[in-house]
Amino acid sequence: MFDGIDRSKLFFVAAVFIALALYPSVGGKYGTDLVTKIMILAIFALSLELLVGGTGLVCFGHAAFFGIGAYIAVKLSPEADAASLFWLLPASVLAAALYALAVGSLSLRTKGVYFIMVTLAFAQMAYYVVHDTPLGGGTDGIYLNVKPSVFGPIDLDKPLVFYALTLFWLVAVFGLLAVLARSRFGRALAGIRVNEQRMRATGFSTYPYKLAAFTVSGGIAGLAGFLFAVKDGFVNPELLSWHQSGAVLIMIILGGIGHLRGALIGAFAYTLLQEFFKSEAIFGAFAKHWHLGLGLTIIVSVALLPKGLVGLPAVLKTRLSGSGTRRAEEGAANG
Amino acid sequence: MADVLLRGTGITRRWGGLVAVNDVSLDFERGAVHAVIGTNGAGKSTLINILSGEIPPSSGRVELLGQDVTAWTQPRRARAGLGRSYQRTTIYPSFSVFENCRLAAQAHVQKPWCWWQRAAACEVSTADARTAAARAGLSDFLDREAGLLSHGQKRQLEIAMCLATKPQVLLLDEPLAGMGAEETDRMLGLLDELRAGHAILLVEHDMDAVFRIADRITVMVNGAVIASDTPDAVRNSAEVQAAYLGGH
Repeated sequence: MFDGIDRSKLFFVAAVFIALALYPSVGGKYGTDLVTKIMILAIFALSLELLVGGTGLVCFGHAAFFGIGAYIAVKLSPEADAASLFWLLPASVLAAALYALAVGSLSLRTKGVYFIMVTLAFAQMAYYVVHDTPLGGGTDGIYLNVKPSVFGPIDLDKPLVFYALTLFWLVAVFGLLAVLARSRFGRALAGIRVNEQRMRATGFSTYPYKLAAFTVSGGIAGLAGFLFAVKDGFVNPELLSWHQSGAVLIMIILGGIGHLRGALIGAFAYTLLQEFFKSEAIFGAFAKHWHLGLGLTIIVSVALLPKGLVGLPAVLKTRLSGSGTRRAEEGAANG
Repeated sequence: MADVLLRGTGITRRWGGLVAVNDVSLDFERGAVHAVIGTNGAGKSTLINILSGEIPPSSGRVELLGQDVTAWTQPRRARAGLGRSYQRTTIYPSFSVFENCRLAAQAHVQKPWCWWQRAAACEVSTADARTAAARAGLSDFLDREAGLLSHGQKRQLEIAMCLATKPQVLLLDEPLAGMGAEETDRMLGLLDELRAGHAILLVEHDMDAVFRIADRITVMVNGAVIASDTPDAVRNSAEVQAAYLGGH
């Protein structure tokens, strides 16, 4: 856990990414579109995991950064022309990161429940700006008429191309956060999560560390928002709503807080469960009450797997062998 | 001339109408264990919190290594050479013993922008961590999860984490609390070794231990210092006996 890479973890992550790379060849149009959406949400969940699992900061306003990334992509694109991805994407990330810097510099002066509430308040503020002012285009949202251009024959209108771009960013973000977690910066964030008082007593000014983590996290959420806007060519205020902040929080809880894999697994589990309970083929007329099924499943899952789906193999192993409870629990804690 | 590393002058702290620390002036010299004793609520912990920068004094000043540090934050004072332990064990329970020490040692080589470098590959902090753990007698437990250590070992770890930051001044808040006789002996042996290079402030309730180890004893009652002298002089002071020691 403390050094070196755990081989089974590496193997799992590599297998997931290879499977994702191969998926479009079997997934069909609908499946590819769905997995693209899930991968974008996984990037979003990873950004929140850096704060919640990496630093111990529970942010309940993360949708604001996602939504700002999305809105900037649309607002900065010319009406009838393609903007270049090479400046539009950085602009979206930067805008989200700047908002995170501003929100973080104020909210990080509070702790615990107050921090949760202040981040929520700032997200609601951003929500009402896009919802109720001419800036945001109101409840109906705005369309992105022309998707950004890349270069040569690369055309983001083609689902497979966009799938590849999304997968690239998912791998890049996962890799960045994995490297970050092992660096001195990442270890200091972990120290802040476990015992901030001790960190200050040993000589770490914790506020700048937390602010840097908050800003990076906001930027990555902005990247996810950018991809989301370009994928559908459409943004609306719901992207910034507190439901969205709650959904991404549930994703990382479902997957298992404290693990990057948890964010990945959680994004898949949440979205697939949602699709399942929304399916009229399975539930008929009851499908419109999908919130009920989804909510109950999440409650049961969290009750049975307090460490998230990441802890599932360890729990199964214990149940099957009927012994070694402690070892399994430790495995789940460290895994 | 005495080598004063930490000096508090006229330190006062009020909480509303209550004066927790009242005009306390103390020097802490290299090579000496300076014990501060007093009943619960005498202001000992508040004094440590003020000296370490965790709370500001209502008035008075703190000098560290000859510099006025009254306005410095706690992390800045820590980097300048002030280490402290807490009355309630304050470690990273989910990390290994080694990582507890390494992270503390990292305070001197923070380099937060070097994202591509592994923390475990940082030679300065790993070397400092090993040295500190060895001095505190924890070399055999480097890979153990800190939360699984015995109570005495956790207290040792907290000292090791202080040492990993290479402090010149140690503020120790009841390091012997809850320890058995054997653990107490080991800790006193460690403090005796550390005395040579450090100025040590020791807050402790175990009077036998205090009189064994201290070079100087300050007695606080209701936030004020009533005596500050050698152990023998303090033991024989009628005022101290009346107020606190109860004929020790």
